[in-house]
Amino acid sequence: MRRQALSALLAVLVLTGLAGLVYPLLVTGLAALLFPQRASGSLIVEDGRAAGSALIGQSFSAPGYFWGRPSATAPFPCNAALSGASNLGPANPELAKQVKARIEALRAADPGNSAPVPVDLVTASASGLDPHVSPAAAFYQVPRVARVRGLSRETVRDLVRRHVRERQWGILGEPVVNVLELNLDLEKMAASPKAKSGDADRATGR
Amino acid sequence: MTAHSFLQVALFLGLFLALAKPLGGYMARVYEGKPCGLDGALGPLERLVYRLCRIHAGEEMDWKKYAKAMLLFNLAGLLVLYTLQRIQGLLPLNPTHAGAVEPLAALNTAVSFATNTNWQARAGEETMSHLTQMAGLAVQNFLSAASGMAVLAALVRGIVRRRQETVGNFWTDTIRGTLYILLPLSVVLALALVSQGVVQTLSGPRRVPLLQPVTYERVKTDAAGNPVVDAAGGPVTEIVTVAEQELAVGPVASQEAIKELGTNGGGFFNANSAHPFENPTPVSNLLEMLAIVAISGGLCHTFGAMAGDRRQGWALFAAMLILLIPPLLFCIGREQGGSPALAGPEVDARPSGLQPGGNMEGKETRFGIAGSAAFAATTTATSCGAVNSSHDSFTALGGLAPLFLMQIGEVAFGGVGSGLFGMLLFVLVAVFTAGLMVGRTPEYLGKKIEPYEMKMASLAILVMPLAVLLGAAAACVFPAGLAGPANPGPHGFSEILYAFTSCGNNNGSAFGGLNAGTPFYDLLLGAVMLVGRFMVKLPVLAIAGSLAGKQAVPPSPGTLPTHTPLFVLWLVVVVLIVGGLTFFPALALGPVAESLTPLR
Repeated sequence: MRRQALSALLAVLVLTGLAGLVYPLLVTGLAALLFPQRASGSLIVEDGRAAGSALIGQSFSAPGYFWGRPSATAPFPCNAALSGASNLGPANPELAKQVKARIEALRAADPGNSAPVPVDLVTASASGLDPHVSPAAAFYQVPRVARVRGLSRETVRDLVRRHVRERQWGILGEPVVNVLELNLDLEKMAASPKAKSGDADRATGR
Repeated sequence: MTAHSFLQVALFLGLFLALAKPLGGYMARVYEGKPCGLDGALGPLERLVYRLCRIHAGEEMDWKKYAKAMLLFNLAGLLVLYTLQRIQGLLPLNPTHAGAVEPLAALNTAVSFATNTNWQARAGEETMSHLTQMAGLAVQNFLSAASGMAVLAALVRGIVRRRQETVGNFWTDTIRGTLYILLPLSVVLALALVSQGVVQTLSGPRRVPLLQPVTYERVKTDAAGNPVVDAAGGPVTEIVTVAEQELAVGPVASQEAIKELGTNGGGFFNANSAHPFENPTPVSNLLEMLAIVAISGGLCHTFGAMAGDRRQGWALFAAMLILLIPPLLFCIGREQGGSPALAGPEVDARPSGLQPGGNMEGKETRFGIAGSAAFAATTTATSCGAVNSSHDSFTALGGLAPLFLMQIGEVAFGGVGSGLFGMLLFVLVAVFTAGLMVGRTPEYLGKKIEPYEMKMASLAILVMPLAVLLGAAAACVFPAGLAGPANPGPHGFSEILYAFTSCGNNNGSAFGGLNAGTPFYDLLLGAVMLVGRFMVKLPVLAIAGSLAGKQAVPPSPGTLPTHTPLFVLWLVVVVLIVGGLTFFPALALGPVAESLTPLR
């Protein structure tokens, strides 16, 4: 009995060394060697500075940006230090209230748009950090972004089209648009004078 | 269901089928002590571990000695993990300066990880240091999985051996399982996950600028941390602007790999496999789902190989597949069908080539409905409990699928080791009842099934529902339990039922709205986890010992063949009757009542 107990404790300690130190350190070393950019968080680098992570969503509420999935993280949306979902049940009145408020916010930012809102734009993601929206949700926001930025709808729609990522291997998952990358490109477009195309007047005029 | 959903499920199942057989053959060689291909590299390490731990590798154990070693090993693991959490503040690799975990919380977590449950009442990125995650939680992921697989190996030996006292050596089974099966697979999977974007680093949080700064209102606190109140007694609030995002990172991939392979399920982050740093792409999602079922499915073939009759392994594999597929497809269908709060002309919830549609509350865009619902079914059919979506926000009937899959005892592949020994208990019941019907002595693979085995099998099968239902009932009576649910109505009861079902089956997933980080739930759920793990493992080992000592009887014309489609169906029916009837009343009060209640 005592010999078994000693073996049990020794086995836990020795295997802790193997599975708890050697294994993760080996993986860390190999990962740094093979995939350094991904292992450290898939940071987007612009002008030599990190501008965010391609995998972690940021919260957008200004009408000139594309908005991402609603986020239920506390105390502010897209808090990447504490991920989480709303955990609201399907029949919870609070969920219906939140969905209604999100629809109203979208309508208020773009009164001319009466199309039904794509469902992923009014429902909180599971992580609260979802970096994507569906292509439908991105296209839905084209009129608003074009109007506020003074760009033509066609220009903005083209930009969204370039950001649509198809299903992986043609089968897996869903087509998505990365919201942060899209907005960063949108900023670049606004910064370069050439992109403000001639039909911007038409877009803002309506 | 959309055509793409079917394709994704078909691809997943196809790869799983292709993977399970070779892996099963490999694992059989590991547990039989035969050369398996990695002996040259790992043999010296294995012998070094035996020497360091003062283990006599050749020594055979009877079932009682084997059980004692298993209990001591798990107890030691529990104590080490508890201690590590309590003193993490004094140890290195703690970039966020996480302090000691509260005693009850640390106890609950230690029990949870040592029993392969990985129920987490608190957010990992907030409470645990990198060292605790790596050398504490991840290590128990390996050890609890390896000890579950060891118990299965002992049971298989008991069935195969004739007139012997012993069922193997617990230490060699556990250490060989860790070294030859779990560690190599984990290294390969971890690197594949990093290639998709799962982080693996020892550094502290990254800070990146926000393109659009976020403002929010928070309650003002004084130096002591107490809220400041105004003249009317209401809290004073202030507007805070956040211009930077703090990205929690860490050694995630290494933990992610064993979390799925060992059907553990404890995430590095609070959002678990929904977090983009744990599960960044649909390909990583597929890899994780495959890892969850790979070893449990492979063990069916290990059983066939060790029993010298591969058809027996296929029969169990087929029964498990039949139990898994309908709830999986049902769950996808319900979630794609949408949710009452999202119905109406204002919202477009139709699935199309441009959007997943359906009930997207608590789901990630990149996985859509199929990748989320299939993951939910897979993680609850096994004892994994990793989640890539919020089960709490599933539709009433969509959420019934994961609950049901746990309640049938997690035998549709189940936990590594525990899934197959759970299924073998049902096989004994199936053989016994079939024997009663035709008036013959029940036997399985040449071994007579007698009252002792039936008593032990019944005990092991009934103890889980007993613990789950009594625990849930207690939580519905005591105010401390009733304080838990976050959602009103029948859904609140579902949250409680889910928590006890999950812990009783060592799953670890949750209807996450339930506030289980309280002394009441820490203690009660901790006890349910221990009962659900060890009150099953011990009777299983007793059966192993009893069967090992028996003489094999040659098959006669009256022997019920256990590899035929007829027997597979009979086995499925037995599982459904036992699981379904036991939990039907509870399910009627929860998800079924909720689905029948009109939305106010």
